[in-house]
Amino acid sequence: MRKFKDNLLRGLLWFSAFLTVAVLVTIVGYIFYKGYRLINFDFIFGDYSPAGDGGIWPMIVTTIYTIAISLLIATPIGILAAVYLQEYAKQGRLVKTIRFATESLTGIPSIIYGLFGAVFFVTTLKLGMSIIAASLTLTIIVLPVIIRTTEEALKTVPHSYREGSLALGTTKLQTLYKVILPSAMPGILSGIILSIGRIVGESAAIFLTAGTVAAMPESIFSSARTLTVHSYLVTQESGDIELAAAIGIVLIVIILVLNLSATFISKKLNKADY
Amino acid sequence: MGCMLMSTTVIERNNAEKGNFSQMKQHSGEAAKISVTDLNLFYGEKQALYNVSLGIQEKKVTALIGPSGCGKSTFLRTLNRMNDLIDGVKITGDIVVDSENIYQSNDVIKLRTKVGMVFQKPNLFPMSIYDNVAYGPRMQGIKNKKELNKIVEESLRGAAIWDEVKDRLKTSALGLSGGQQQRVCIARAIAMKPEIILMDEPTSALDPISTLKVEELITHMKKDYTIVIVTHNMQQAARVSDKTAFFLNGEIIEYDETDHIFSMPQDQRTKDYVTGRFG
Amino acid sequence: MPSPLTEKQTLEIGKSNKRKYMLEKLSARIFLLCALLSVLSLLLIVGFVFYKGSHPFVAEGYSFIDFVFGVDWVPSEGKFGIFPMIVASVFATFGALIIGVPIGLFTAIFLAEIAPKSIAKIISPAVQLLAGIPSVLYGVFGLAIIVPFLQNNLGLAKGQSLLAIILVLAIMMLPTIVTVAETAIRAVPKTYREGSLALGASQIGTIFKVVVPAAKSGIMAAIVLGLGRAIGETMAVILVAGNSLIIPTSLTDSVRPLTTNIALEMGYAFGTHQEMLFATGIVLFSFILLLNFVLAKISSKGGN
Repeated sequence: MRKFKDNLLRGLLWFSAFLTVAVLVTIVGYIFYKGYRLINFDFIFGDYSPAGDGGIWPMIVTTIYTIAISLLIATPIGILAAVYLQEYAKQGRLVKTIRFATESLTGIPSIIYGLFGAVFFVTTLKLGMSIIAASLTLTIIVLPVIIRTTEEALKTVPHSYREGSLALGTTKLQTLYKVILPSAMPGILSGIILSIGRIVGESAAIFLTAGTVAAMPESIFSSARTLTVHSYLVTQESGDIELAAAIGIVLIVIILVLNLSATFISKKLNKADY
Repeated sequence: MGCMLMSTTVIERNNAEKGNFSQMKQHSGEAAKISVTDLNLFYGEKQALYNVSLGIQEKKVTALIGPSGCGKSTFLRTLNRMNDLIDGVKITGDIVVDSENIYQSNDVIKLRTKVGMVFQKPNLFPMSIYDNVAYGPRMQGIKNKKELNKIVEESLRGAAIWDEVKDRLKTSALGLSGGQQQRVCIARAIAMKPEIILMDEPTSALDPISTLKVEELITHMKKDYTIVIVTHNMQQAARVSDKTAFFLNGEIIEYDETDHIFSMPQDQRTKDYVTGRFG
Repeated sequence: MPSPLTEKQTLEIGKSNKRKYMLEKLSARIFLLCALLSVLSLLLIVGFVFYKGSHPFVAEGYSFIDFVFGVDWVPSEGKFGIFPMIVASVFATFGALIIGVPIGLFTAIFLAEIAPKSIAKIISPAVQLLAGIPSVLYGVFGLAIIVPFLQNNLGLAKGQSLLAIILVLAIMMLPTIVTVAETAIRAVPKTYREGSLALGASQIGTIFKVVVPAAKSGIMAAIVLGLGRAIGETMAVILVAGNSLIIPTSLTDSVRPLTTNIALEMGYAFGTHQEMLFATGIVLFSFILLLNFVLAKISSKGGN
């Protein structure tokens, strides 16, 4: 009887794993199968045309803009905030409050960020539906990610480095930028890569703050579409699955490259400190 | 003044004769580089040091011995204010280094450039040997290449490791053996041109041969530096130090010439400890 | 031997130390400021959403009860009832949980405990990669494959339905659950398994009686993360939901969950209509808080 139950469970384990892999392979396989015919130089680097035979270069540029701007703001703030929490703060109510805030921010769904961004950045700050409004919204979305990963990275820096440096009559600040941050850099970089993935994958918040203009953005104050929003819109508006899948291929490749570089960096971290 | 107080506390703890004896010796012209008076230290509510008073003489090696958890490392770390790094540490009493009360002057940077420290485990940074030794001077604003080269060479020579590393100064310091790393740590401390060097069980992570080399180095260094060393190893204290203080449960039980501590301790507890009956 | 510092050098050091201490103080304040920015962001977001969302009830005389339990959503007539959306969201979330959690956990257990190393080494990173894929793509896949499949095989007029949402969300949360749960199971010390096996327990018995309970908090975290991804998902859901404003009576009904309602109407809503979308956001937010709370309760109860 017990043997039967064991075998049944074992069978279920195999079956579940098979199912998971099958479903995921089907999804990726389907996207590549549907989209690969469209992938060529003109598709990636060509300008958009409403007729549907154009490229996705404007969306790629928009995506890069949003990544660049939000990281430009979120990275320094996030790293310094993590430094404060790990290196400077005394445990107490203030730290608890800050931790609670960052954790809560992680749990908020992106549509709520979108709502907030649409009213605060777009309307109240009069930025309009624009790349900058979307980027600022994304900044808040990735801030907790960067804070958390940086904190983890700082925790791995041996305490003896700090003592060794401070005992030589250096200030905390000197110790921080000469010893601690360089040692924590691989971990911080993986966090930044993770954030890029989050930005690339984000749709709802960008949809509500950057708008949907399908053209090369003139500036960061223009409304524009990122790759993800574009793939949503072509599916929703014209049901063009092939085009959506082709964009999907580009997105999957981007995520793959990001993942590989994160793995590479953390491997490097494990291998040697120097 | 500090020395006087030190002696009186010792009198209270031990017998009057010995107290008078050490007091007399203090007066016979040996200046105290560091004098500690009535030092109490608390980790939050928990008291770790009780009324510690002690005079540490210039260009001598002073050993701090005692069982683990007796407060000797904690005491050592009060001398360059490394305990400041721990939340909730409270300190009362005075520590005077060269007539400056280090807990009243708030220039910790200056204090730590004057009072160097070598830790239990070698804690070189993940940089080259050269950069490790040049780290402190660079942080003091010395940028001149020639000057830095000179400091690095002098310091590595001073730590008796120059010959072993001179051909690979630009390689990672973490590639050296533990004993070599510890001597580079000493070089790194020397590079700051300190007057006092604190050593917190500097050989506890080393093999016997490396330990011997570090001990030789310590003996050699005392003509230039005042050295305070915490050690678990009684033979080591006997070999390298001029004076020894025995700590127990956060108090100094006995403080005297090393020879006296090991050959004719006045307190029964010291006797028990140095003869290996506990600890 | 190093020469002692000259008087002049000591003086210079003293001077530069002053600057150092000032920098020290300044930097500590800047770091604190950065840390406080996340608190400020949270306050701003919560404040804005709640201020905007509560305005119709506080100042315009709308009833919150009617809002939550009302069945009609006709903004042009001032009718704002989100009950159908709440029902749709709840069903979609629980449906996805019921399908996604067991399959995800079993897959994680398989990868960590049963799978040959060579297989796990290929599958685990692949699944991890899939956790990072933009969720919109799951929606595209759902619209292209799942929706027509349901339409043809269940004889529906329209394949976009509650069931389609459940399937898409379940698939979407799989990689997250598998990745996090696998890490948690792998972190269980070997000695636990050895202890149990040495007592004559079978491998499967050991896994379910010893290893899985030991990894419980990590597994719970996996579920919470997967759930978070599913419940907040918007764009993928719009593609397969059908977005009809009815209370679903069957799995094949076309529905409109809370998230999609916000995304669909935010573009053109203004005034009270817009505020009601914020109120929808508040309900969504509370729903998430409640679920996390319940899950935390369950996991702490199981812990004893």
